[in-house]
Amino acid sequence: MDKSIEVTGPSGAKPRRRFSRNKIMLYGVLIVMALYYLLPLYVMVVTSMKGMPEIRIGNVFAPPVEITFQPWVKAWSEACTGINCDGLSRGFGNSIQILIPSVFLSILIASVNGYALSNWKFKGSEVFFTILVIGAFIPYQVMLYPIVIILRELGLYGSLWGLVLVHSVFGMPILTLLFRNYFSSVPEELFKAARVDGAGFWGIYFKIMLPMALPIFVVAIILQVTGIWNDFLFGVIFTEPSLYPMTVQLNNIVNSVQGVKEYNVNMAATLLTGLLPLVIYLVSGKLFVRGIAAGAVKG
Amino acid sequence: MDRSKNSPESESARRPWLKNINAKIAALPMIITALGIFVGCSIWTIVHSFTNSRLLPKMDFVGLDQYERLWSTRRWLVSIENLAIYGICSLILSLLIGFTLATLLDRKIRFEGVFRSIFLYPFALSFIVTGLVWQWILNPEFGVQKIVRAMGFENFVFDPLYDPQLAIYGILIAGIWQGSGLIMVIMLAGLRGIDEDIWKATRVDGIPTWKTYIVVIIPMMRGVFVTALVLIASGIVKVYDLVVAQTSGGPGIATEVPAKYVYDKMFAAQNLAQGFAASTMMLVTVAIILVPWAYLEFKGKKRG
Repeated sequence: MDKSIEVTGPSGAKPRRRFSRNKIMLYGVLIVMALYYLLPLYVMVVTSMKGMPEIRIGNVFAPPVEITFQPWVKAWSEACTGINCDGLSRGFGNSIQILIPSVFLSILIASVNGYALSNWKFKGSEVFFTILVIGAFIPYQVMLYPIVIILRELGLYGSLWGLVLVHSVFGMPILTLLFRNYFSSVPEELFKAARVDGAGFWGIYFKIMLPMALPIFVVAIILQVTGIWNDFLFGVIFTEPSLYPMTVQLNNIVNSVQGVKEYNVNMAATLLTGLLPLVIYLVSGKLFVRGIAAGAVKG
Repeated sequence: MDRSKNSPESESARRPWLKNINAKIAALPMIITALGIFVGCSIWTIVHSFTNSRLLPKMDFVGLDQYERLWSTRRWLVSIENLAIYGICSLILSLLIGFTLATLLDRKIRFEGVFRSIFLYPFALSFIVTGLVWQWILNPEFGVQKIVRAMGFENFVFDPLYDPQLAIYGILIAGIWQGSGLIMVIMLAGLRGIDEDIWKATRVDGIPTWKTYIVVIIPMMRGVFVTALVLIASGIVKVYDLVVAQTSGGPGIATEVPAKYVYDKMFAAQNLAQGFAASTMMLVTVAIILVPWAYLEFKGKKRG
């Protein structure tokens, strides 16, 4: 327990024996908690690589005796939802098709909004912004049906573009807040200098603000990609079954009542669905935390 | 286009709407969303909750009939009760676990990053994935019960999702697993914002660490706690996917929640006005939580 000497933390000059006992307790609690958080992931990974006979007789925690990737293949290309038996690959394709335009459109709109709100305030702009932020707290259920009607009138109900529009609308409050706060922190002189040079609204946006705001764009992209990928409610309401995103299809595959429950295939399917946000989370690290911290400011 | 920059005053005096016209055009999506969707759609739903729309919305007003029916429907009452249990428990547990984990991580430990990643990763997963995972862990033929029985405790029973009395707590376990990491991150940010001098001062005074947290640190983090509280609370009202994936509301109606009631009435039972009335009640619930908070925030800003 030599390392306790280096620790110059809050519990500084206490007797050394008690100190190291505290440390053992501390790490003990942390490790137990970590196990609770890791357990479900471990069970899923292990089970998804076992065959069905092994699952029936064996222990859930035991690592697979014979590693097989058959469940993964089946989940991806053969699992059935209703009469369609082309696996999760269809849902994956749909989710990608929904994801890319939704992320692009929502961030484009919100960044321009945030820019207008911080640098080009006009009469009433703050009022609209306040309504927008308060609107983020309204339960979606209150607005669902009227939006169905609006989309039907626009001829977009059931299509991917309808869903893209819905994602852009509901992503707007938090993203606008994010960009508004960022652009407000840009020194005013920079903006004024550009004005003196004759740059207009769009000129300043594209030539000065956009390049400068790249980090916040990354945060916004992380936020939107995970949020839209994980969405279930909008997907199930605003698209038709052949266009269901991956989360909806996953739920239909796993919770279908017919047939024997193939735990290994189901868990492989679940892992496949969770893979993208998980990878983004692990790769982006601090930026992910920044994104949700921004969400937290929204409340 | 941008004429206003030449003589903003005179231009805006003559035609005020032309001033800043580009910004106004750019903000159009926001204005449409704010007024058309957030305000417009909400009012539309509230108004239609006083009608007897069934398959299609119609303006046939019946007063408070829908609300009377709603509050005498057993399924709705069960939903509200579940929301209350889930809400109160997850508020307390999320705050407790989130704060505890944050303080542990703040004790200048090794591998802080690793622990933080482990506690936060469930938050990256969807509620559907979370619900399914915990459906399996809590499944008596597959998960915890089977393991404990295999260890020799033949009569061990742990099947919360099959017991109507306990099922909602099964959902609670999953919800906490998914969301407590977020609270930890917020709390950790709050703890990091506290001045080192405070710690030095309490150490000089000989106040024990645990007491410092309770007496000094927590009161200082009031704002962080309020943020976390609002965050958890507004998430609770929306809880839907988790229940759909984990239990589909079962066994029976034991784990129904208001958001699911609304969805089923609107899109499955073709009883639109019931759905509108139920969703309006959800809005009222959120307002009850938010208005005091907004009031406090606003008052605080005015003072500062």
